[in-house]
Amino acid sequence: MKDLIKIDHLSTYFDNGNGKVKAVDDISLRVREGETVCIVGESGCGKSVTAMSIMGLVEEPGGKVVNGQIHFNGKDLLQLSKNELRTIRGNDISMIFQEPMSSLNPVLKIGEQIMEPLIVHQNLSKKEARERAIQLIEQVGISRAGQIVDSYPHELSGGMLQRIMIAIAISGNPKLLIADEPTTALDVTIQAQILDMLRQFKEQSNMSIMLITHDLGVVAEMADYVIVMYAGKIVEEGEVVKLFQSPKHPYTQGLLKSKPVINQRQDELYSIPGQVPNPLELTESCYFHDRCAHCMDICRTKQPKLSEVAEQQKAACWLYEEAVVHV
Amino acid sequence: MSLNSTPLPGTIGAKQPLAKSSSLFGQSMQKLLKNKLAITGLVVVVMMLLACFIGPFFSPYTDNKVNMAMMNKAPNLKHWLGTDALGRDVLTRVLQAGRISLTVGFASMVLSVFIGSLLGAIAGYYRGIVDQVIMRIADLLLTIPGLPLLFIGGSLLSEWKVPTEYRMYIVMFMLGFVNWPGLARMVRGQMLSLREREFMQAAVVLGLRDRRKLFNHLLPNIFPLLIVIATLNIGGSILSESVLSFFGLGVMAPTPTWGNMIDAANNLIDFQERPWLWIPPGFSIFATVIAINIFGDGLRDVLDPKQKR
Repeated sequence: MKDLIKIDHLSTYFDNGNGKVKAVDDISLRVREGETVCIVGESGCGKSVTAMSIMGLVEEPGGKVVNGQIHFNGKDLLQLSKNELRTIRGNDISMIFQEPMSSLNPVLKIGEQIMEPLIVHQNLSKKEARERAIQLIEQVGISRAGQIVDSYPHELSGGMLQRIMIAIAISGNPKLLIADEPTTALDVTIQAQILDMLRQFKEQSNMSIMLITHDLGVVAEMADYVIVMYAGKIVEEGEVVKLFQSPKHPYTQGLLKSKPVINQRQDELYSIPGQVPNPLELTESCYFHDRCAHCMDICRTKQPKLSEVAEQQKAACWLYEEAVVHV
Repeated sequence: MSLNSTPLPGTIGAKQPLAKSSSLFGQSMQKLLKNKLAITGLVVVVMMLLACFIGPFFSPYTDNKVNMAMMNKAPNLKHWLGTDALGRDVLTRVLQAGRISLTVGFASMVLSVFIGSLLGAIAGYYRGIVDQVIMRIADLLLTIPGLPLLFIGGSLLSEWKVPTEYRMYIVMFMLGFVNWPGLARMVRGQMLSLREREFMQAAVVLGLRDRRKLFNHLLPNIFPLLIVIATLNIGGSILSESVLSFFGLGVMAPTPTWGNMIDAANNLIDFQERPWLWIPPGFSIFATVIAINIFGDGLRDVLDPKQKR
């Protein structure tokens, strides 16, 4: 499969006045055509900032993509002019946000908001765009599409609004769909429907999905390939089945252990001890060392590199560095 | 809900009752109709408008017709509000003056809302240097109180001997120009907060042009605020125009405006002996401005509840 998007050594820093926060620190990843890649991690680990960097939503002052390349179909998105970027956004790459309630403009009708990218990117007339909008609304499983086009966002439920967001996102037949926690704000039954729908569209149009989530259940259901992030770094990545069967990095192991198991009553759910380190106080070390049960001396002083630990599986952990093991 | 009526999985909204879709704006207007005070204000304004724009057609007199035989007559059956020193019918002149005063108020409001919202929106959306330039100009204008500025402008018009017919239009521009900075500040503040909202990120992600984002997505969000400000602005403009004309720096005689008609009160004899010369225009200003402000307050209560005192 061909690489659709390839991110090399991307670093995005935020400066809040007290110092640099390395929200995304030297990460490399790729999404191939028709593949679903899930990025997992706790809050604040840089998942969303990765997505924002791809979409060019990191705005100065405050945040800045300081390093790296994002190759999409052979073009480096970070080098493109504003106009070139605009023709890619909403057309080849589209995005769904976490909060459907606040992602739609409250004063514009649903129809107008679906029609807009159609008119802008596909040069449809107003009438054609409206017909297409009604089709799209039906496609995402909402009946009475003829009425929904003329309603306002406050008249629909969260689940319906997220469907509308998906309708907008798929309207341009994107090659890549970035979904930033698309189901976090929805209840579980709607979650399943939304995920099903995404998978269905993916299969129909050979679209790639970059799914950002903290829900391992969603990962298991959707992903082909999983990337685990911690404090702005990729700590482990791998093919989904392998990663779930034999997680290598202690953080991934902890994450999987803290997942509730159906039909098993536990008094207390496992949780990884400690807190995510303060991103302002990070020093050269494995960022996970003070929460890690296998912490060694080298973990406190040197950062491990992401390297192959098994077939189709990489981890950044000193436990798997041969040089260290042999010492 | 019985089990049978459960919609198929993957299809939602199938069984919901059909409700007529209404915008927030439409709902607000319904709420406004329940506010009696505001509606009274609106009715007064509309009556004033009708009287001024249609009334003179039914008058047997014209505003500038001099009739030496009928000088300074008290109100009587032929001249309901009496006549002035040149024998002109006061009622006709008050109505004609209303046309000018209301037009000037409305036109200058349109101008100031246009300039103010455009510049404010651009400043708030682009921020940085554009914002600095626009807002410092606005600050500069705000540091000088409006009235002295208008006086200077009015005096210049007299100095340059601008023909009376044109003065009305220039006064409109002057009033509009003095009013835009305050409005621009308010619009800018709204823009600064709105541009950070998630739906604007979504608009960026859709690959829309700045122009589209600004005018199709952001401006509709501040329409309620603009409508309220615009309404209250008309009242202020009418007052300012009256003040200017009263001092002989706005629209000049013989063109009547409420302001230059009250000028009669400057004359002690007219003030003491002939109240019909200055009470009608004074009352018109009073009633119109109060009515507009009451209506504006009501509008604000329904459209912009956060701004409530």
